[in-house]
Amino acid sequence: MRSDRAPLWLRIAAGGGLLFLHLPILLIFVYAFTTEERTYQWPPPGLTLHWFGAAWNRPDIWAALGLSVKVASISTVIALVLGTLCAAAVSRSRFFGREVISLLVILPIALPGIITGISLRSAFSLAEIPFSFWTIVLGHATFCVVVVYNNAVARFRRVSGNLVEASMDLGANAFQTFRFVILPNIATALLAGGMLAFALSFDEVIVTTFTAGQQQTLPIWMLEELVRPRQRPVTNVVAMVVVIVTFLPILGAYYLTRGTDTVAGSGK
Amino acid sequence: MSIAVSFQGVARHFGAVRAVDGVDIDIAEGEFFAMLGPSGSGKTTCLRLIAGFEQPTAGSIRLFGAEVRDLPPYRRAVNTVFQDYALFPHLNVRDNVAYGLMIAGQPRAARHRAAEEALEMVALPGYGARKPSELSGGQRQRVALARALVNKPRVLLLDEPLGALDLKLREAMQDELKSLQRRLGITFVFVTHDQGEALSMADRVAVFNEGRIVQVGAPEDIYYRPEVPFVADFVGSSNILPPALTGLPRIAAIRPEAVRLAGTGLRATVTAASFLGAATRITLDAGGTRLTALLPRGAARPEVGAAVHLDWDAADLHQMAGGA
Repeated sequence: MRSDRAPLWLRIAAGGGLLFLHLPILLIFVYAFTTEERTYQWPPPGLTLHWFGAAWNRPDIWAALGLSVKVASISTVIALVLGTLCAAAVSRSRFFGREVISLLVILPIALPGIITGISLRSAFSLAEIPFSFWTIVLGHATFCVVVVYNNAVARFRRVSGNLVEASMDLGANAFQTFRFVILPNIATALLAGGMLAFALSFDEVIVTTFTAGQQQTLPIWMLEELVRPRQRPVTNVVAMVVVIVTFLPILGAYYLTRGTDTVAGSGK
Repeated sequence: MSIAVSFQGVARHFGAVRAVDGVDIDIAEGEFFAMLGPSGSGKTTCLRLIAGFEQPTAGSIRLFGAEVRDLPPYRRAVNTVFQDYALFPHLNVRDNVAYGLMIAGQPRAARHRAAEEALEMVALPGYGARKPSELSGGQRQRVALARALVNKPRVLLLDEPLGALDLKLREAMQDELKSLQRRLGITFVFVTHDQGEALSMADRVAVFNEGRIVQVGAPEDIYYRPEVPFVADFVGSSNILPPALTGLPRIAAIRPEAVRLAGTGLRATVTAASFLGAATRITLDAGGTRLTALLPRGAARPEVGAAVHLDWDAADLHQMAGGA
């Protein structure tokens, strides 16, 4: 017994839920065009594109954006290398404590960011590492690794050990086997994991607050900007950019993993 | 004729498990050699030892006279057809077949031509552009075969090559493998738990049990002259007769089809009878020993519970070395 359409109350509830989730985001977009710069007033007294130009001309935004992109890129690269290696080890071999290691790798994403932040901060000061660009990158890498690992480990399980043996049997050494058999089979998973990691790092606030020195990543810049009464809509313009920059990779990752799942699964 | 594969005292232990426990074999060049045994008998491990996926715990493995103990799989002149075929899912059939040639550095045009020839040899011409996922089980099996043979290995290893195919296909592939092997003259070593497959295809059969070879010989020897009760029982389910029933000094084996009903001879009671089409199989009890007999078509079929006499030609009764 399945009707084609959900009952009315269920549709209303679903619509309400979606509105609740997304209306605030729409408001942010609308306020990017308001003429009122000191308070968020509804409805906006007038609409303007002025703030886009204003944002474009602010060097502090460009600095923050540049830092965020750099941090996200490098954290993603670190996560790709470490996450892939870790996934390969866990899925390829059975050893004592394998499950424990798997859990420990995933743990940072389950931990509240504030715990990760505090523990990293105290670890850095204990080791007398000055806060810098690299401490931010390390902080972000802790949760970026998880995303890559999760994506890669699922795919590794499907690349059966037999394929590796078949490749070696046909004359390929370990490097060639990785290049021609393993990499093509896990590439989309890695790309998806890397995109998600980039998006996560790009809008991260909590861990960054604890691990940054004087540097301002874009989200931190926004947080500070909100307390100032000047040029408020500029923040909204930047928020729009952040939404788009993080949303596109997530969307891409979704399509990448969805598209290849069926192909890789049936290609035994 | 030179020796292609030679095992001397080869053992492979996994912790306390003695998967292979002291195996000696000499497989001649150009031979079609079967390793037959139940699962866990060590036959697959032996195949993996030849391919190089496993390292022996003890003993020496030689390929064409050269010790290969420390040679990785990619430096051995052998290729394998895997049980689940292990075709690369991201490559089409042509690139799967040409994989070994690509690794060997052959230019694209040459290796594609060689791949197409190999596909013709396994009766799959024109399938190059398809993905393995678009093929049936039998076709994948042929692709796996082509992928191995295109490298012109000196020894081809086949791990339960027909295990995943249905009966009709399996029988067709048996004949095909056999004629392919004749034509190419390559040494084939294949592992199977199916005695029919081993007997029908192989020049020689090694029967494995618990990590050891219990008998090696031509299919006729294995079938008619089992040396130990395990072989008699595993290959073709022989009757095993204690000395009391035969008057011979040792226990003996006799094939069900060699037992006939007669006016005189061993007294037995029929406990079951089933019609098999080409023959009737009856189960008998002779003083506590269970026997089966295959009666040819047209022979009188006794009732269950009837008392009968059993007879056979003395030549069909084969004395065994004893042991378990």
